[in-house]
Amino acid sequence: MKFRLYRFHPESGEKPFMQDIELDIEPAGKMLLDALLAIKAQDETLSLRRSCREGVCGSDAVNVNGKNRLACITPLSELKQPIEVRPLPGLPVIRDLIVDMEPFYKQYRSIKPYLINDAPEPEVERLQSPADRALLDGAYECILCGCCTTACPSFWWNPDTFVGPAGLLQAYRFIADSRDEATAERLDNLEDPYRLYRCRGIMNCVDACPKGLNPTEAIGRIKSLLVKRRV
Amino acid sequence: MNRRRFDALIIGGGGAGLRAALQLARSDFTVAVVSKVFPTRSHTVSAQGGITAALANVDDDRWEWHMYDTIKGGDWLGDQDAIEFMCREAASAVYELEHMGLPFSRLDNGKIYQRPFGGQSKNFGGEQATRTCAAADRTGHALLHTLYQQNIKNRTQFFDEYFALDLLRDAEGYCLGVTAMSIETGEPIVIEARTTLLATGGAGRVFWNSSNAMINTGDGLGMVLRAGLPLQDMEFWQFHPTGIAGVGCLITEGVRGEGGYLLNKHGERFMERYAPHARDLAGRDVVARAIAIEIADGRGCGPRGDFVELKLDHLGEALIADKLPGIRELSIRFAGVDPVRAPIPVAPTAHYMMGGIPTNLHGQVVIPARFGPEEPVPGLYAVGECACVSVHGANRLGGNSLLDLIVFGRAAGLHMQEYLRDNPYPRPLPESAAEPGLARLARWEIPGSERVAAISDDLRRMMQAHAGVFRTDAVLREGLAQLDQLEQRLQHAGLQDRSRVFNTARIEALELENLLDVARATLVSAINRTESRGAHTRDDFPQRDDAHWLKHTLYSRAADQVDTKPVRLKPLTVESIKPKERVY
Repeated sequence: MKFRLYRFHPESGEKPFMQDIELDIEPAGKMLLDALLAIKAQDETLSLRRSCREGVCGSDAVNVNGKNRLACITPLSELKQPIEVRPLPGLPVIRDLIVDMEPFYKQYRSIKPYLINDAPEPEVERLQSPADRALLDGAYECILCGCCTTACPSFWWNPDTFVGPAGLLQAYRFIADSRDEATAERLDNLEDPYRLYRCRGIMNCVDACPKGLNPTEAIGRIKSLLVKRRV
Repeated sequence: MNRRRFDALIIGGGGAGLRAALQLARSDFTVAVVSKVFPTRSHTVSAQGGITAALANVDDDRWEWHMYDTIKGGDWLGDQDAIEFMCREAASAVYELEHMGLPFSRLDNGKIYQRPFGGQSKNFGGEQATRTCAAADRTGHALLHTLYQQNIKNRTQFFDEYFALDLLRDAEGYCLGVTAMSIETGEPIVIEARTTLLATGGAGRVFWNSSNAMINTGDGLGMVLRAGLPLQDMEFWQFHPTGIAGVGCLITEGVRGEGGYLLNKHGERFMERYAPHARDLAGRDVVARAIAIEIADGRGCGPRGDFVELKLDHLGEALIADKLPGIRELSIRFAGVDPVRAPIPVAPTAHYMMGGIPTNLHGQVVIPARFGPEEPVPGLYAVGECACVSVHGANRLGGNSLLDLIVFGRAAGLHMQEYLRDNPYPRPLPESAAEPGLARLARWEIPGSERVAAISDDLRRMMQAHAGVFRTDAVLREGLAQLDQLEQRLQHAGLQDRSRVFNTARIEALELENLLDVARATLVSAINRTESRGAHTRDDFPQRDDAHWLKHTLYSRAADQVDTKPVRLKPLTVESIKPKERVY
């Protein structure tokens, strides 16, 4: 199979370049990660992050033929050749397929991604109805891979000021949680022309999410909560 | 060289490390977490089915019954004081997670959802219990993210993508921190700490067919062996019955807990023959052996007869979507099968290391003492899969691993504070203390013709063939001979890539050194134990032998020495559960 890989080695002094590689691999039942690791076994200078190889740890997000995906759950047989693999867009490249995720994590931390409830804790669990718990479905499953946020042009232009779809989805996860008491504070934190409203609803994030989540819908719900509290 | 200093240092950002870090972050002491991956990429994230605690939300339950099941599940090798402690603390530890925001699934009355899991009983061996608390089939993900979030809230200091090289110790044996390297820059760093906790997880990557993430390379185990400390019970590896055939990804026991069952090629529910009472919910070692026998005797499915089928389509799409969405996704992606319509092809896959770094129930690493039974290594702690406290004995029950992480993570975080108060002043760091760690880096500057990836593949194939579900003396010794050759080849290995920045080839070489040590500890310990107990099955010694082997193995790297220590059969407050025949 034919591959075109983005290569960048900061110590070499060379500019980034695309490397053409031909790999002898039977695509049936194999994922893109299998191919990248087979390439690395031949040329260990290729660097990428990977861990769980089953789509739950979020390490190996890359841009494949123009789309952000997790290499470990992208079947080779689905991909048009030459398979072009680049680092996630919109973040500084450290080396080859590895980007600096810190701008992404910083936005995640900015939404206070933890339950806030200052009431004294009961000796047992706090109760939550199955219907209230169901509101978290589609939000808590985020694996912080960065596929959505780095597919968003608003984040490319405003990485310091726009929270981005992953962070906003997590903000919604806590707003929606019946156990969380900080909804007003969370909405204040987002009511800002950049932090929330740079989202133009183009839904690149929905298209990119490897877990099938819908950040645009969550962002829409945050916006409507903001409207509701005004009227 | 870069130097940093903290009161407490945690190596590993999975569930155990983050739970301990949280305890310390809430105190007045400074704490740092060193992790070779961003913490939410740790392998805890892959845990599916749940966390076991006798909350009695669904059915009658008591922690004493959980304790009994855990002792029996471990084939009486577990230490009963530690097991009592874990089962007793389980409920409050789970409630704490709920208070932190973990999105547990819920029952109609709003309480935490619980499901039946393997090896669970009511009334000390009676009817099936319903004891495992779950967030759908993503409990590990929910737990790890919740703990990371709480650490953000409490401002824990993180060294993300730093690789720990070796322990720093002084002449009196105190642990004073670690040498590590920044993976991003390749620069070494000395991190001093008055207390150090190893929470580096398992080493399941030592097998070819494994449910484990690629990062599970036993890094803490290698550090401990190189420091001259022993490892305990390394012959005991759990093979999970239901890995996706040919891939190894895990299909949770929760599938069988929700009512799924196994079939051979004749469509027979074969577990009825092996465990007439508990059937598909017998201990994992029992089910894994049954599948291995079915396959070996020609009753496996598929063109090569190398798997059995896990049927759950009768549960209905609604239940699968609500309670098992993650395994449906995995099955469609990796087996090409939608379990709503067809059974999933499964086979045993290496899953969990019951052995590890010996500790007491405060998480303190303990070594044999000249006087008295054992003594702690001052300043050194270990928790989670890398540790052996020992609550899992010879076979871990499903749902007890996440519990182990949080109960002993919390206990260690508390005890480390006590230690810090008792030892308020940092001890001087000997000038030579960092040398072993730096020597590990220097070694990989030397060119060589052998490739790390090739040795690593051969090691995993060897362990699969020689230390799998069924073992004999001859097969194990042949494996050990092959391991000698692999270690010889390692001497001649070198890196093609000797750059600094994010050199993952260098990391893989350092990981391979750890895996080779784990393999040696496993093979030597397995040869030594001439009985079958829990997950360690010797065809040449098929019976459990309490007269000779009701004791723990202690393996040390110097001359492959094997010692033993007694199993603690005396719990803290309740009656001992006496060894008896283990049937399901």
